[in-house]
Amino acid sequence: MAQPQNTAEQSVDQKTIVSMRNVNKWFGQFHVLRDINLSVDKGERIVVCGPSGSGKSTLIRCLNRLEKHQDGDIFVHGIELNNDVKNIDEIRREVGMVFQHFNLFPHLSILENCMLAPIWVRKTPRAEAEEIAMHFLTRVKIPEQASKYPGQLSGGQQQRVAIARALCMQPQLMLFDEPTSALDPEMIKEVLDTMVELADDGMTMICVTHEMGFARRVADRVIFMDEGQIVEQNEPEAFFNNPQSDRTKLFLSQILGH
Amino acid sequence: MTRKIIKAAPKKTTMKKAIPSDIDTQAGYVRIEDAPLLPPPPSEVGVTGWLYKNIFASMSDFGSIPAALKSVFVAVSTLFILYFLITQISGLLDFAIFSAVWSDPEGLKRQACWTVEQGGALPNGWHAACWPFIEAKAKFIFYGAYPNDDLWRVNLTYALGGFMLAWVMIERLPYRKIVGILLLTVYPVMATVLLTGGAFSISTGTIGGATILGLALITIGRLGKAGYVSGAFGDLALVAGVCGWLVILFAAVLAVFAIDFDLEAIDTRDWGGLLITLVVAITGIVASLPLGILLALGRRSEMPVARFLCTVFIEFWRGVPLITVLFMASVMLPLFMPEGVNFDMLLRALIGVTLFSAAYMAEVVRGGLQAIDKGQYEGADAVGLSYWQSMRLIILPQALTHVIPGIVNTFIGLFKDTALVSIVGIFDLLGAAQSTLADAAWSTPVQGLTGYLVVAVIFFVFCFGMSRYSMFMERKLNRSHKS
Repeated sequence: MAQPQNTAEQSVDQKTIVSMRNVNKWFGQFHVLRDINLSVDKGERIVVCGPSGSGKSTLIRCLNRLEKHQDGDIFVHGIELNNDVKNIDEIRREVGMVFQHFNLFPHLSILENCMLAPIWVRKTPRAEAEEIAMHFLTRVKIPEQASKYPGQLSGGQQQRVAIARALCMQPQLMLFDEPTSALDPEMIKEVLDTMVELADDGMTMICVTHEMGFARRVADRVIFMDEGQIVEQNEPEAFFNNPQSDRTKLFLSQILGH
Repeated sequence: MTRKIIKAAPKKTTMKKAIPSDIDTQAGYVRIEDAPLLPPPPSEVGVTGWLYKNIFASMSDFGSIPAALKSVFVAVSTLFILYFLITQISGLLDFAIFSAVWSDPEGLKRQACWTVEQGGALPNGWHAACWPFIEAKAKFIFYGAYPNDDLWRVNLTYALGGFMLAWVMIERLPYRKIVGILLLTVYPVMATVLLTGGAFSISTGTIGGATILGLALITIGRLGKAGYVSGAFGDLALVAGVCGWLVILFAAVLAVFAIDFDLEAIDTRDWGGLLITLVVAITGIVASLPLGILLALGRRSEMPVARFLCTVFIEFWRGVPLITVLFMASVMLPLFMPEGVNFDMLLRALIGVTLFSAAYMAEVVRGGLQAIDKGQYEGADAVGLSYWQSMRLIILPQALTHVIPGIVNTFIGLFKDTALVSIVGIFDLLGAAQSTLADAAWSTPVQGLTGYLVVAVIFFVFCFGMSRYSMFMERKLNRSHKS
């Protein structure tokens, strides 16, 4: 039993939270993800960037089965993503997601938004769920808004609630799908600050974002995608200061140039 | 306190009033003092404000010839409509109240409502309601041929239902959820027993068989939950478990129906009038909403078989007129049944009306489902809610709120369509009222008008009540998610 390579393999398994092998996906005729190979370790912070339509959002949406990949293997938290509903449910319990347009539930109060999933999915008792919800609302610095409805909050506050809602499930991995793209400029900072704090606490994060300052500051790795492929990935310093691919150079010159 | 406003581009019309014209042309502008907060002009607030906004605003512009013409036109048509309303309403009040005959102390019947010319005592040219006729026929209009000695059973059913409904609707009362559940589960069984008399001939074998089947299904469900059933059959086992509980519930209802409560059995052919209208309308309303929701979800389902079946069902029932459905139920259905099996006519009409309005309801609900942003589905998926959880907790509450007007439209349409059951020989409110007109003992020129007026008022009260309650619900539910 106690063979060395066996334990080595296990420790690798425990370290890795996401592994994608030869993943391909099509939207009809359109080949949107092409031969994606990606492995993410626990505690890693990854920023995915690239021009629009390059497949970055599709990539992370495949990780909790909001999109279905047609070819290749995806393992999240050691569970294979396939057609088995049980696996999908299990993975979604461990993966939190924050959307560009928040997707809060407008008919529920902020507190109810945060308590919903713990109560119905994790079967947490009500009182405990409320405690958890208030804890994370305090962490994103809006506990005083708990009884309001999403429509009464600013965009930045709504996005912070969305982050708290995802955290209430105490996920192993957080996915951010352009979390600041729909926000007014003065609200971007409050959301990024929340995300930086989260990163500093050791949360595993995969962020699709155009905030290059954020990428420089928190990312362990920056992944550049174009036309459905991972074109380049590197540590932020090397990625920004010394891009290798022409496409990366072009992209960086376009977003950093102005 | 000073505040800076750097003017970007001069807006001629608005700026001129606010600031002196000499700085209008300057590129930068700094406000030194805040503009004062002034009280609103009288045309905005109070009674004057209301009158102005709602009546006079549209007819007080005489600035140009077209505007003046428009104002005059609005004023004239307002006066005309007022005149029309006053004459109509006073005419109606005169007919129904002031000139009406209210009593018939001598028992003259039709002669009480005859003019001198017709052989009675009323002045010639009299034309108003004959209320003694309604008084004499009230029992038939409200209960049909239901036996007089058993009317308490109908009244008790009304009282119980009304009491529970009021409890659910008044928000300050406790246990509203429990009362609501009782209203939807226990009450229908009680109402059925009270109204029909119960003691149906259901064999103990049927009840026992259903119980055993239910228990068996529940056991399968338990095994599935414990993980003894593998693979795809695991989910089927869970479904079987749920079905098992439903079968047990059904067996329990059958058992209650079989009990003899020592009530006289009253055939549904003897029911009539408002009783029929309410039974058909309320059963239809209560059953068609959940059925419609399921059909709408089915039609939007990703499972091709469910989607196909639901679409076929909806399109079939929407494609035939209700009259045809009722005729089919009364004439065709018995032909397909084995000899001796005889479905109650009222039950057949009930099923027809329910399925018919469920198809309409399904399309209304589908409209609401389609109005929900895709992000809501994704948000619910991403936090790990199952399909039924996300429908129940996230999607349907929002979708149904959006389509309250459409749902109530269907309810009101259904309520009024109950009048159609009279064509298959069931005496609903209208049918019962109409049949009283044939009574020669009350034959007067105003008999029909009086009868129809009563029917119209009763229909209006129920439909208007539903309409108002739905508006209240809309406001209440909107408050929660609009700032």
